[in-house]
Amino acid sequence: MTASSTSLRNVLLGNRFRRGLLKSLYIYGALFVYALLFLLPFYWMLNTSLKEPLRVFQIPPDWYPNPVVFRNYLDAWVNERTDIAAAIPVYNYAKNTVIITVNGVIATTFSSALIAYAFARMDFPGKQAMFLGVISTLMIPFTVLMVPQFILWKNLNWLDTFLPLMVPYWFGSAWNVFLLRQFFMTIPLEYDESARIDGATHWTIFSRLIVPLSKPAMGAIGVLAFVYFWNDFLGPLIILSKPQNFTLTMYLANFSVAFVRTTPWHLYMAASLTIISPCLLLFFFSQRAFIQGITITDFKR
Amino acid sequence: MAVAASGRTMRKAKIQETITAYLFVAPWIIGFLVFTGGPIIFSFALSFFRWKVINTPRFIGFDHYVAMFTTDELFLHSVGVTFKFVLYSVVLGNLIALSLALLLNQRIRGIGVWRTIFYLPAVVSGVAGSVLWAWMYSGELGIFNNLLLAAGLEPQAWLWDEQLVLGSLVAKSLWNVGVPMVIYMAALQGLPQDLYEAADLDNAGEWTKFLNVTLPLISPVIFFNVVMGIITQIQTFAEPYVMTRGGPANATLFLGLHLYENAFHFLKMGYASAMAWIMFLLIFLLTVIQFGLARRWVYYEGQSS
Repeated sequence: MTASSTSLRNVLLGNRFRRGLLKSLYIYGALFVYALLFLLPFYWMLNTSLKEPLRVFQIPPDWYPNPVVFRNYLDAWVNERTDIAAAIPVYNYAKNTVIITVNGVIATTFSSALIAYAFARMDFPGKQAMFLGVISTLMIPFTVLMVPQFILWKNLNWLDTFLPLMVPYWFGSAWNVFLLRQFFMTIPLEYDESARIDGATHWTIFSRLIVPLSKPAMGAIGVLAFVYFWNDFLGPLIILSKPQNFTLTMYLANFSVAFVRTTPWHLYMAASLTIISPCLLLFFFSQRAFIQGITITDFKR
Repeated sequence: MAVAASGRTMRKAKIQETITAYLFVAPWIIGFLVFTGGPIIFSFALSFFRWKVINTPRFIGFDHYVAMFTTDELFLHSVGVTFKFVLYSVVLGNLIALSLALLLNQRIRGIGVWRTIFYLPAVVSGVAGSVLWAWMYSGELGIFNNLLLAAGLEPQAWLWDEQLVLGSLVAKSLWNVGVPMVIYMAALQGLPQDLYEAADLDNAGEWTKFLNVTLPLISPVIFFNVVMGIITQIQTFAEPYVMTRGGPANATLFLGLHLYENAFHFLKMGYASAMAWIMFLLIFLLTVIQFGLARRWVYYEGQSS
């Protein structure tokens, strides 16, 4: 830097400092407004869920619950059940969702990793064509698949069981196969080669080397899968018809919206908040995994 | 002799390797044949039959495809509703996601907290989110109308006004821009600083730098987010199912909802299969068009345009 430009800089610095201050004021102002808009629905859910029943229907609505009624949470889940299948204990819905979610997370992570390993680390005839197949199924939405799959479940006599919501995920999912393959490719090949010289089989390399080295990527896929299965609605809606088989999202959708004046909104909001809380907690405690899962993709492909 | 023997063992090893590889990918092959590819081909065949689950399928040729564009007035209507929704939610969603990412890229304090706030709605289930927004949109009790009243404005029939309802659903979808935002954030962090330094030497303003440096460099990411956004939004189901059931006057009858009702309420499996195929074609065409257009505006580094 030359002497003249440094002195010029000093002259300009005061002005620039003021401009910097104004700029950060704009930035924080905009962020604050956005944050307010994004948080308002959460606040409104919490606020409603803690209101006294009569105050829920007060016009204009209160901005904070007074008194704070924690009992709404108990009522929503145990006492004043208003859903079509009130005879079914609510933990039943939770149990169904947990079974489907736990299976889904394990199944999709494990099977996708296995398949991705072959695409990333092995040579076999038809590999290119098959990988193209994986890529092309990335774009097929569930809406297109739901009718043909429904017919399959019907013919297998799997309707109204959890099998259609559990078995297919043991066969890999295109998106996870693709992401894990991209990640496995970043692990140096020399690791495999030295393991092979020591006589390691592919299974050993996969389970002892690649999987442990890919913990962040597998974790990322796991947390995103958790949110997907926990929140899935259309899948269970098509398959499950007996109320004791319903999942939490189905239970929630059955609290009717049509009767705005009579819906017990305080209970509805308490139930909603309870149902979303596992995903919120998971996100709070494993933010890095979420961010990583979303950004694994290689855009420069 | 020794050469031949080692050749044989090598060939043997190669066959062994191939078998192992097929064992690793076997789940995908089986899954593709049984759960994706197979059913899709089967449903293509089924789309030429009339089949209401309980009776035996009857061959009717192209009748379903003809009906879709002639007698079923709701089909094209639902395609229109879906496209309009996809257009607004993807364009506005990406604008908001990009603007948030740009704000968070400005060396601000507490970036983790801000990011958490903006990403949080993305982990909320479609059903729970829809229930919550239906409550906020409700007539006299809804928070939106009460805010409007407090500001001295007219309350709106958010979910009951044919003209307004799709906009209300678009607004709800904008609450869930966390995923594209995080992708934009990662892209902005990875931008090479030397180009900005060069622009600074030219005394380029913030806006000029954004238009001439940032935007071209992140155009592949914009493209990715737009393609993914379209595929996600075209499948919108929980929102109209929970909030409006397709109404009022079919103003929110999304393609997915129309297909669902034909298949699972009216049990028209053959007709629903035909619709699923047209939907598949639409998505395919849309993707092809986008890849074609991308050549004009997406800039890939290390490639002379």
